[in-house]
Amino acid sequence: MAGLPSSTSAKEKPSAGVFDGIAIRLLAPSWLMIGFFLLVPVAMMLVYSFLTKEFRGGVIWEPSLAAYDQFIFDRGLFGDEPPVIEWTYITIFARSIWQAALATVLCLIIGFPTAYFIATRPANTRGVWLFLITIPYWVNLLIRTVSMKFLIRDTGPLNQFLISTGLIDSPIHIVNTNFAVQLGLFYSYLPFMVLPIYAAVERYNFALSEAAFDLYASRWTTLRKILIPVVKPGIIAGCILVFIPSLGAFLAPDLLGGAKTFMIGSLIEEQFKGSAGNWPFGAAASMILLSMVLVVLLFYARQQTRSINGAR
Amino acid sequence: MANTTTDVRRYPGFLAFTILCLVLLYTPMIIVTIYSFNDSPSITKWGGFSWRWYQDVFFGIEAAKFKTAAWNSLSIATMAGISATVIATSAAIGMIRGNSFKGKSLSFGLINLPLMVPEIVSAVATLIFFSAIGITRGYFSILIAHMVFCIPFAYLPIAARLEGIEKSYEEAAIDLYATRWKAFTKVLMPLLAPGIISGFLLAFIISLDDFIITNFVKGAGVETLPTAIFGSVKQGIKPNIMALSTLMLLVSVFFVSLSYYVSKLGERSR
Repeated sequence: MAGLPSSTSAKEKPSAGVFDGIAIRLLAPSWLMIGFFLLVPVAMMLVYSFLTKEFRGGVIWEPSLAAYDQFIFDRGLFGDEPPVIEWTYITIFARSIWQAALATVLCLIIGFPTAYFIATRPANTRGVWLFLITIPYWVNLLIRTVSMKFLIRDTGPLNQFLISTGLIDSPIHIVNTNFAVQLGLFYSYLPFMVLPIYAAVERYNFALSEAAFDLYASRWTTLRKILIPVVKPGIIAGCILVFIPSLGAFLAPDLLGGAKTFMIGSLIEEQFKGSAGNWPFGAAASMILLSMVLVVLLFYARQQTRSINGAR
Repeated sequence: MANTTTDVRRYPGFLAFTILCLVLLYTPMIIVTIYSFNDSPSITKWGGFSWRWYQDVFFGIEAAKFKTAAWNSLSIATMAGISATVIATSAAIGMIRGNSFKGKSLSFGLINLPLMVPEIVSAVATLIFFSAIGITRGYFSILIAHMVFCIPFAYLPIAARLEGIEKSYEEAAIDLYATRWKAFTKVLMPLLAPGIISGFLLAFIISLDDFIITNFVKGAGVETLPTAIFGSVKQGIKPNIMALSTLMLLVSVFFVSLSYYVSKLGERSR
């Protein structure tokens, strides 16, 4: 194993800890891999977003703001008309934020009671419940999304079932709607909502609820005024863990949605597919997505520090 | 309404939500599994039980394509999983047992960077990087990309396990004149084994599952199972794809159960 030399220097000073002095050598392989194959590529992507597009895919090494300009302005077919605001891409980003937000709310509505229920089970059965919630996460996302599409198609088992029970006469069109995409995102990332809320509720001191009950608070008042404020960090963590991957999701909007539900992920993917693409524009869209994610993560980090300071 | 005899923990209706949650999570997969045994070539009507689509996966027209894709997927997942586990074990020891130094918290951020950057952004960045430095897209580029995003997944269970092992074991080994390498291989590694195994299994599954990054860096001609399935599904969901999906589903469930079982064993041995 690289970075673990059979040095005997530790023998002279055993009190110093066995792996003292070699932390950097032990960490170097992970830094090199992630630094060289992820951090450098992201920096390169930033550079590419300021280059000129090559028509067969790729770039010409000439600095240009065209990618960002194209994102906001429409300058006509030949680029010589006075710029007007181009709403296409702004709309796609706004739609992605909206869809991701709705999927997050759906996950919260179902995920919170579930997490609470599991956290209040006897300690020996909690593991099994959690395991049941996490299994779907480990099943291939593509397969799960395809399964969802199969289930909700116009001629799929769900519609067949509803028609056979007489609840509906003609199939409900779900595929290719905004709702199908929200459902797909919800289904993809639900475990991410349950796990942090579960961890927060598990640490919750139920003496607080008892105290509220003794003071004649109702169940729902206790939930609203005591439990939810205390487990709020877990709820925020869950919301972020669902929102971030939903924002850049590709499979759910691509397979379950249609042209009207186009999201950032598909927009980016199109720019690198075949010769019709535009690499600088795709890089710029990726940079904007990444900045949005960083803003959310910074907000989260601030919340965390605040809640730690508040607890002191 | 509220008195001291009520169970303060219980909220009526929360069980119903939990059941709804599980139904929503499992129904699509169960339905696809059932329909993969459908004898009828029309995917909408039930025509009796049959193994024919499984035979089709292994011996049908597309069998050769699936076999190559399965081989690519499994070999990449094994190699990426092993390398990520070795790198993550070394990193976990460095982070948890190593001396402190300037920027150690930054190092934690760097190890978890693949989890924070949206997958599609990593995909774009990796594609641009490979094309800029002139690495041909194919098997090797997929392998490198997988190694990178597998590191944090392998790291988490290994670090969690290491935090629960007292320093005194490896210190005792050193006191008895073991070299640092021996203290690691003979003392720390056996104790850490459940974490290392579940780290590897998680990295393996994550690599096997990946679609987006693979789709960007694979280039023409090289397919893994997810990209091959995606290509087929674009033309409509066919029954043989459902059979193949069911097989992959079983593989994932098997490995996750194994990882869960190993970590349970680990907890007991502590």
